[in-house]
Amino acid sequence: MDLTTLTLTQLRQALRSGATTSVAATQAVLDHIVARDNDIQSFLTITDEMALEQAQQADQRRANGEDSPLLGIPVAVKDIICTQGVETTAGSKILEGFVPPYDAFVVRQLKAAGAVILGKTNTDEFAMGSSTENSAFFTTRNPYDQTRVAGGSSGGSAAAVATGMAYGALGTDTGGSVRQPASFCGVVGLRPTYGRMSRWGVVAFASTLDQVGTFGRTVADCTAVFQATAGYDPMDSTSLNVPVPDFEAALTGDIRGLRVGVPQEYFIEGIDKEVETAVRNAIAKLAELGTEIVEISLPHTAYALPVYYLIAPAEASANLARYDGIRFGPRVEGADMIDSVKKTRALFGPEVKRRIMLGTYALSAGYYEAYYGRALKARTLIKQDFLNAFEKVDVIATPTSPTTAFKIGAIVDDPLQMYLQDIFTLPVNLSASCGLSVPCGFDSQGLPIGLQLIGNTLQEATILNVAFAYEQTVIGNLLSVKSWR
Amino acid sequence: MSLTRSDVEKIAQLARLELTEAEVALYQSQLSAILDYATRLNELNLEGISPTAHAVTQQNVWREDVAEPSLPMDAVLLNAPKQANNQFVAQTVLDEG
Repeated sequence: MDLTTLTLTQLRQALRSGATTSVAATQAVLDHIVARDNDIQSFLTITDEMALEQAQQADQRRANGEDSPLLGIPVAVKDIICTQGVETTAGSKILEGFVPPYDAFVVRQLKAAGAVILGKTNTDEFAMGSSTENSAFFTTRNPYDQTRVAGGSSGGSAAAVATGMAYGALGTDTGGSVRQPASFCGVVGLRPTYGRMSRWGVVAFASTLDQVGTFGRTVADCTAVFQATAGYDPMDSTSLNVPVPDFEAALTGDIRGLRVGVPQEYFIEGIDKEVETAVRNAIAKLAELGTEIVEISLPHTAYALPVYYLIAPAEASANLARYDGIRFGPRVEGADMIDSVKKTRALFGPEVKRRIMLGTYALSAGYYEAYYGRALKARTLIKQDFLNAFEKVDVIATPTSPTTAFKIGAIVDDPLQMYLQDIFTLPVNLSASCGLSVPCGFDSQGLPIGLQLIGNTLQEATILNVAFAYEQTVIGNLLSVKSWR
Repeated sequence: MSLTRSDVEKIAQLARLELTEAEVALYQSQLSAILDYATRLNELNLEGISPTAHAVTQQNVWREDVAEPSLPMDAVLLNAPKQANNQFVAQTVLDEG
């Protein structure tokens, strides 16, 4: 049995029945990483020794009759999430060598659930990007076509899960950074409601938009990782102190009577025809499963992009002011204090500098009202669009991305073109909604297409169940072992 | 919205970024293009609309004022580029005179 072809839930079953051990599964995945990751480049750091120790402990605990939701299951963590004793770079030279003295809350949750941590996955620098091409280290390749991007910013996590180099993974999603790479790599990616996941120990990009998300090869796998990591954390004042439902039990596959909204503004000129066809076919399938399809309008959709690209850089410029080389990270000494700070900050890559500049400008005296102030007001309209829509429907269905994976290097020099990649995902971050991407087919070049499902505040169980019901109708096609593995 | 060269230099100064000549030119054109795109927001009538700073509104969060253990000193200083006597070492900021 090739253990790396199992899904997370299949492995959990095999571990519980005694058919295999965590050490065997962990070793199989580590071997697979050695064989495969030279090509895919999804991991920045592989914590093999630590992983095998954790696997041994998991097997010991199971031998003692213990069990926990992820006991002995190997997972990967995006390198923007702090891991105690393991270098955490956020894909940046300015954090190269930074070894956090503590685990992020979500990593503590993973460990408490018994998970084995395989290593840290590649990301665009400070999660700013849609392709991992902004990583200071290397670009992760799409498993279906290595000349194409895996998406981003959580492209390392998505590609690792897609190729069986991890059974599940954590990412972060500030404007689409979990859903878009999930779409490009043919896996399931969830961006929960803001406040559902703790941000404590997650390197901050844009604090009112950042949220940890989860990846799995199947909806059930993605849900299992989400179930283990969601929940209130008193250390994050924006984390919501609300009960965490049993999301796994909510995957019944029965979605009869639910109302699915299809917003006209998401089927616009510029969207790839094959993407549109696949998504419309998926929506037709949802109708066959007993849902009611409702045409809706989210009238301010076109403004989400300019709003996002004022608010996110403004928040980033404030958050990234802390990188001055004084308390942590590398320091480049200059003539005096200010000179040293400037020389140290030259370690930021081009996209990060661009966003710091944009945010600094949008917040600067004389321009604050014209840019940042207007963006905050327009954000109200976008948020209200969703609240209005969710009075009529339970779920909104759209494409995750207007295209399938693009070629490495194709748009990296055109920031505006790159930002347009996020046009369908970032309205979720600006509002109080949650969203996921589930595979819904392939284009004629064999590249995966993602269906985005958006839910109202804290309604993750609903969108996960709709995705689960849909997946049951196509899972045979999507999960067959492919030549790209 | 076109940024001038001196606009870009001023922003860089505010953000404590040292830019090369090439970067100044590049950011001047790229930031101008992005800000141009942002002027789309002028199409909206935002009269009387209140701003949304946060997706999910939360009031102030309080906790009991109870002392809890902090990170040990060696963990706090673990990543310090320079340290001495349990302190971060930085360059002089104020003149001695």
